Amino acid sequence: MGLRVTTSRRIGMTVLAWAIGLLIFFPILWTFLTAFKSEQDAYAIPPKFLFFHWTTENFGEVQARSDYLLHAFNSIVLSIGANLVGLAISVPAAWAMAFAPTKRTKDLLMWMLSTKMMPGAGVFMAIYFLFLRFHLLDSRWGIGFLLMMVNLPIVIWMLYTYFKEIPVDILEAARMDGASLTNEIIYVLTPMAIPGIASTLLLSVILSWNEAFWTLNLTTFNAAPLTYLIAQFSSPEGTFWAKLSAASTLAIAPILVLGWFSQKQLVRGLTFGAVK
Amino acid sequence: MGRIQLSDVRKDFGAVKIINGVSLDIQDGEFAVFVGPSGCGKSTLLRLIAGLEDLTSGHILIDGKDVSQVGPAQRGLAMVFQSYALYPHMSVRGNIAFALKMAKQPTEVIDAKVKKAAATLNLTDYLDRKPRQLSGGQRQRVAIGRAIVREPKAFLFDEPLSNLDAALRVQMRLEIGDLHHALKTTMIYVTHDQVEAMTMATKIVVLDRGSVAQVGSPLELYNRPNGLFVARFIGSPTMNIVEGEPATKRGAVSIGVRPEHLEISTSQGEWKTRVRLAEHLGSDTFIYVDGDKLGHLTVRVDGEAAVKPGDAVYLTPREDRVHKFNKDGRRVD
Repeated sequence: MGLRVTTSRRIGMTVLAWAIGLLIFFPILWTFLTAFKSEQDAYAIPPKFLFFHWTTENFGEVQARSDYLLHAFNSIVLSIGANLVGLAISVPAAWAMAFAPTKRTKDLLMWMLSTKMMPGAGVFMAIYFLFLRFHLLDSRWGIGFLLMMVNLPIVIWMLYTYFKEIPVDILEAARMDGASLTNEIIYVLTPMAIPGIASTLLLSVILSWNEAFWTLNLTTFNAAPLTYLIAQFSSPEGTFWAKLSAASTLAIAPILVLGWFSQKQLVRGLTFGAVK
Repeated sequence: MGRIQLSDVRKDFGAVKIINGVSLDIQDGEFAVFVGPSGCGKSTLLRLIAGLEDLTSGHILIDGKDVSQVGPAQRGLAMVFQSYALYPHMSVRGNIAFALKMAKQPTEVIDAKVKKAAATLNLTDYLDRKPRQLSGGQRQRVAIGRAIVREPKAFLFDEPLSNLDAALRVQMRLEIGDLHHALKTTMIYVTHDQVEAMTMATKIVVLDRGSVAQVGSPLELYNRPNGLFVARFIGSPTMNIVEGEPATKRGAVSIGVRPEHLEISTSQGEWKTRVRLAEHLGSDTFIYVDGDKLGHLTVRVDGEAAVKPGDAVYLTPREDRVHKFNKDGRRVD
């Protein structure tokens, strides 16, 4: 017994879906619109929706007061670099857990996941002093390493669930064919798991791109990604909504475009391999 | 060369004993078939020889060299899996060439060997296809091609035909037989189908709950099963086992007579029975009879037999074909 799909029900569902979609998207839309307003229009009560004086001067101002290209470069290098290195670590790790499990593999996986339940602020002081001692504050290596570590549990979990779907026979066939462990992972496992690896990478890049707590606290300028650019416009002297919105728009634009073009992979990634 | 020796091989999975001390000697060039009901450990034994499972204890020797601690890649064996286990992202060519690439052979050698294998297996036209574009039989051929290009010391087959339909199974059985004849390489073949075992093997290893029940040529097992287990397992239809008076009269606890070794008559004979059902296959007829204290028996008659359910028939076992077993189910002569 399924729900009967009548025309009115279909229209109702469509309207509801669009309403929910708009509700979720509204903050991004409002940020985008505000980025093109003057500061006065941004404050205006009642708020101006589409009929205001459109201007691009906020973007110029943002670039003049900061260095968009430097921070964008940092964001790209950090989120992609950290996660590529992360993959190089997590693919073998997930291989071991999926294809050579021991009695404790499940416990290990649960423990890794549990580290994600701890708020970052809980270990902030420890990490901060480690960074201080090893001169890693405001260094790309330092923050990159941290971003990689923060994502590792999720990346390994996702890869693990993808790898579990691959028939072990095929890996055994590779072993019989004389493939070493490295060759088995490079030539057989990885090509078969490409869709899973791609969606994992995509999700972890987005998570790293948007990561604000650590990037704001452990970088000051040179290694700071775009999150820093946004935060600059929310200062103790007052918040400049239009400029803040312009900075936000600039910061999220690349990842938004990336996400738009890879929706399908992303949805698969987010469902954690539950849907085969 | 490909002589494979097993000495007191054991395998436990936790507290469960899967293989309980198996010792075997498979000569170079032999076609050995491991056969037994599901769960008897035949696949595990094959995987132990392949190196895909670790031994709990015992030794495996290939050409006299102990390989118990050697990984599957270094044992020089090739395996054909039940699921074919082809690399889905590679073409047929890539699948067959993979082992040679891993062995870092020069490209010209790889090309030549792949071509030769493809020609042997009628795969030349499919070299650039992906496995998903092939039929079941073709996939199985690719899996075999992948094994033969390596020129292994021995081939291991793990129920390779069980995913194929009946007609194709018979054809592939012949092809594997031809292959063995042409290559003269040792082959170890796992199946639960005693017909496959009987038709292909030069040596059959019957396994029962992790132990070897009997080893011998197909006809040895057919003519002289060493116990009730092998007697029941080898031969189709199954051997008739009779207990009670007919057995004690012959100095045994139970006796076995194959369906083809029972004389049937409508007028006289040792056992009076009633026909339950007759299966007319044309070439022969299987008659299932009810013998009161004897239980249900099966008779096989060459050609056609004019019997119908309810008919009274008399059966007489051919005395030289009666197998006698003691109270432990062992053969007595």
